[in-house]
Amino acid sequence: MQTIEGPARGAADDPRALVLRGLTKEYRKGFPVLNGIDLVLPGSGLTAIIGPSGTGKSTLIRCINRLVQPTSGEILFRGQDLARLSGRALRNARRRIGMVFQEYNLVERLTVMENLLCGRLGYVPAWRAWLRKFPPEDIERAFDLLDAVGLPGFATRRADALSGGQRQRVGIARAIMQEPEIILADEPTSSLDPKTSVEIMEILGKFAAERGIPVIVNIHNVELARRFASRVVGMSGGLVVYDGSPQQLTDAHLKQIYGGENWME
Amino acid sequence: MSDAAHQPASRPKPFAANWGARVGWCLLAVYLVYACAQLGFSAERFSAGVEHGQRFLARMFPPNFGRWQLIASGIAESLQIAVIATFAGILLSLPVGLMAARNLMPAWVSWPTRGFIALCRSFHPIIVAILFVKAIGFGALAGVMALIVASIGFISKLFAEAIEEISAKQVESVRATGAGFLSVLIMGVQPQVLPRFIGFATYQLDSNLRNSTMVGIVGGGGIGASLFTAYQRFDFDVVLAILIVIVSLIMIAEILSGWARKVFQ
Repeated sequence: MQTIEGPARGAADDPRALVLRGLTKEYRKGFPVLNGIDLVLPGSGLTAIIGPSGTGKSTLIRCINRLVQPTSGEILFRGQDLARLSGRALRNARRRIGMVFQEYNLVERLTVMENLLCGRLGYVPAWRAWLRKFPPEDIERAFDLLDAVGLPGFATRRADALSGGQRQRVGIARAIMQEPEIILADEPTSSLDPKTSVEIMEILGKFAAERGIPVIVNIHNVELARRFASRVVGMSGGLVVYDGSPQQLTDAHLKQIYGGENWME
Repeated sequence: MSDAAHQPASRPKPFAANWGARVGWCLLAVYLVYACAQLGFSAERFSAGVEHGQRFLARMFPPNFGRWQLIASGIAESLQIAVIATFAGILLSLPVGLMAARNLMPAWVSWPTRGFIALCRSFHPIIVAILFVKAIGFGALAGVMALIVASIGFISKLFAEAIEEISAKQVESVRATGAGFLSVLIMGVQPQVLPRFIGFATYQLDSNLRNSTMVGIVGGGGIGASLFTAYQRFDFDVVLAILIVIVSLIMIAEILSGWARKVFQ
């Protein structure tokens, strides 16, 4: 059952919207993880995707920047079908899509500054990266971003010396370094304590609002989703079963998304 | 007997007898006895050997450094062979190892490369040195070429394995920024494998130093030629002098490589 309601309708006209049409992914033939997802994600604001583990939330997000190859369907973003891209066109699309990972995925043996500058690799030729001859304006921006995420003075620290919360701040800053037109966050708070989780969501929301770009967040924590999202998409069994505002998300919806009800008490 | 009575009859044996392994050990013991008999090893032969060995050792002392100039030039040549062969071998092993890494390369690249590496490693350096001496003539060049082949066979395989063990998450996050293949290698792969590469390279230098003292025996240049001549002329005191110099060289190399590994941690 698909309930497309509220904010989704008008969003389709927004040129910055992300439109998924019939998105299907089968890791094994005949066993779709995503079963023909139709979704219009607005061109601004934070969209939370909730749903039980193994229901295809990560796959959905990874299909968008093509870390996972969709089996069929369309991913329309800013006039391009991302599902059809390959080679240089795909790399050029990816550099406009920032991604934040559950386990931060920083390059552990690089410094914080080097990790931030990884966000510029789509723009900077490889020899410059090799010699660490990044454009001075990129380095300047990296310092500014470190201040903005609350890590001033961390530039020369190695990533493996940071705490989880600090790493995720670097992860977000790296995504912002790309000057993205959309941010994907795959369970960005699942490995963090509750307080840090809130701070990370605040930072994500702040950057998205400042830049007027949409953020799509996979999230397990329904309370965080309610608090920070302007829109909630509920998935279950590879299908969208709720798509609407966080205020309208009822316990009945949650029951439909996660199944059972004892856990809600 | 009374112990057995306490055991409930239904329990299975906690440690099952492995008859296959027992038969295997017995076969090995039988074969060892057979092989020793076949090769004519006996107590008398052994005691004769010990007596001969004592005379040999007695003639080695004191070591004769009288021809130190010859030893010095031989050692210098061995060192040059080792350093050049290690440098060139590592340089060639970097792309070969990368091409053999199954996580970054398609199967049609990695399998032929693995075959090539196996070919390089299938012969002992001395056999390769004989081939090169026959092919391109006596001298250090043949020794260098032989050790380059040996280096490729050994460290490309280790490089490939190191690359296959890296964290895919770190690579994925760099790829997600839109970085091209070279940039992914430089920022995502190289930092992860560098310390292990340095370790392998120093082991290879160590190994090449030892082998470079040997290729001279078959005409590949270096101290090996002097060593072999001294043996054949029964100048065992000179032999000992050369052996002492070789041991010192290897020990110095050990100290230096330990230091290099520490620098690149």
